[in-house]
Amino acid sequence: MNAKVADRVATGVFIVIAFIIVSVLIGLFSFILYHGFQHVSLKFLTTPSSNMSAGGGIRDQLFNSFYVLFITMLITVPLGVGGGVYMAEYARPGRITNIIRSCIEVLASLPSIVIGLFGLLMFVTLTGWGYTILGGALALTVFNLPVMVRVTEDAIHSVPRDLKEASLALGITHWHTIKTILLPSAFPTILTGGILAAGRVFGEAAALLFTAGLSTPRLDYTDWNPFSQISPLNIFRPAETLAVHIWSINTQGLIPDVDAVSNGSAAVLILSVLLFNLLARWIGSLIHKKVTATK
Amino acid sequence: MVLTYTNEIFDINDLNLWYADHHALKSIHFPIIKKEVTAIIGPSGCGKSTFIKTLNLMIKMVPNVKMSGEINYNGKNILNSKMDLVELRKNVGMVFQKGNPFPQSIFDNVAYGPRIHGITKRKHLEEIVIKALMDVALWDEVKDRLNAPALGLSGGQQQRLCIARALATKPDVILMDEPTSALDPISTLAIEELILELKEKYTIVIVTHNMQQAARVSDKTAFFLMGELIELDETSKIFSKPEDERTEGYITGRFG
Ligand SMILES: Nc1ncnc2c1ncn2[C@@H]1O[C@H](COP(=O)(O)OP(=O)(O)OP(=O)(O)O)[C@@H](O)[C@H]1O
Ligand SMILES: [Mg+2]
Repeated sequence: MNAKVADRVATGVFIVIAFIIVSVLIGLFSFILYHGFQHVSLKFLTTPSSNMSAGGGIRDQLFNSFYVLFITMLITVPLGVGGGVYMAEYARPGRITNIIRSCIEVLASLPSIVIGLFGLLMFVTLTGWGYTILGGALALTVFNLPVMVRVTEDAIHSVPRDLKEASLALGITHWHTIKTILLPSAFPTILTGGILAAGRVFGEAAALLFTAGLSTPRLDYTDWNPFSQISPLNIFRPAETLAVHIWSINTQGLIPDVDAVSNGSAAVLILSVLLFNLLARWIGSLIHKKVTATK
Repeated sequence: MVLTYTNEIFDINDLNLWYADHHALKSIHFPIIKKEVTAIIGPSGCGKSTFIKTLNLMIKMVPNVKMSGEINYNGKNILNSKMDLVELRKNVGMVFQKGNPFPQSIFDNVAYGPRIHGITKRKHLEEIVIKALMDVALWDEVKDRLNAPALGLSGGQQQRLCIARALATKPDVILMDEPTSALDPISTLAIEELILELKEKYTIVIVTHNMQQAARVSDKTAFFLMGELIELDETSKIFSKPEDERTEGYITGRFG
């Protein structure tokens, strides 16, 4: 009887907690979207921002956010997955490996403003690049890489050991086993880690302030030559992202329609993260189904 | 007691194995005869799995293992450091206690080994897969769903699929560590019948806790106790009049 009551109480408590989480989430979402979408229009999304006058859009900021995300993931994913595979499969268990693991964890938990300052020293001043997309992406890599390494390592460790043994017992080499058995089985978990890391990149402002900068040069979207100064694809140009834009218009406040622009930007930011999430998951599950032959 | 034969595929001499300080196999002499079924019995922890895993050197996955002595496979000592593990394991296949198909389609599971060992032509792969699935009597059950996930098969089917996967790399020895301990009686029977058929073409070493199983399928039976090979002889002899009283004690259920 007692156990039954305890069970019912526990169930009730968890339902209440779940309810609180869901309602906070829905509340936050609808608040931001409600206030934001009054200002979002096609024009808002397709005009460049303005420094002084009202009526500016977020075209370049939106593009910059996705582009910085893309460049960051381009660096982070191969390095992070490679590092995770090394930690899980090649590093000998022992003191040194544990020290490396602790370092990775510390790196992952550094405040992003500190990473931003580090990036300023390393990728802006020392290299002499100035504010660049590449500098920003490298700074973001600094705190995303450890997450990716850790996630990959855990994902590989959680693949059942008998799968690995079965493969090795067939005379398959260690590397081929990693490639054809371990990584595909670990793929869904690695993907989730990647999406979380991407979300962090997308919303990051502090680490980008001093690395990718607060401005965007005049861009010509018909210019696809990545070495041209006015091409949006140039990785050696400054780039203000959406999250940084929200921060900067609110602190500088030179435009008269600050509220409208920042509310609109916030809504677009949230929606982009959401869409990106769904898209990545959908593509991921397609890949996973193809590999595992499930329908 | 040392038996000598002329047609041995494995000839193990004075094999010792330590897990760190734990002496798990003690001076084992063990000939394994071509195209026979050799059963290994003994109480839990006596070293059966350890022994069978030395034959394809899967034991090397365990850290801190030390070995001494000789394991001659077709006259070559595989404990020699120059041994090519890939080559050895292609020839000495293994089936585990629990069916462990890869999370891939039925076809891809069987084709996995040959594909990575360099066979790329679809036609050739299909031949190998069909042959292996027929050998394990699974073909009729799965021929209409070769592209379905292997994890959707029943436990007994999964175990037969794993045997097919091992056969597909064309081994000449198949090691089985308690292959039926997780299966129902009917699937167990199917695997036992399969073993009797496979022995036409393959040498089989099987670890089992089931005395009747050893008696039904094997030609030779080896009894291990605390890391020692106590007795190795014709199965009929072991189960009718074993020479060592410890063997007799174990078989009649007095301990173990
Ligand atoms: N990885 C390992 N590290 C250390 N000791 C081990 C390891 N594997 C096995 N042992 C020890 O070696 C001895 C033999 O183990 P083994 O697994 O070969 O027994 P077994 O005969 O297969 O038993 P079972 O019938 O329970 O499967 C046992 O005492 C066991 O504790
Ligand atoms: Mg065992």
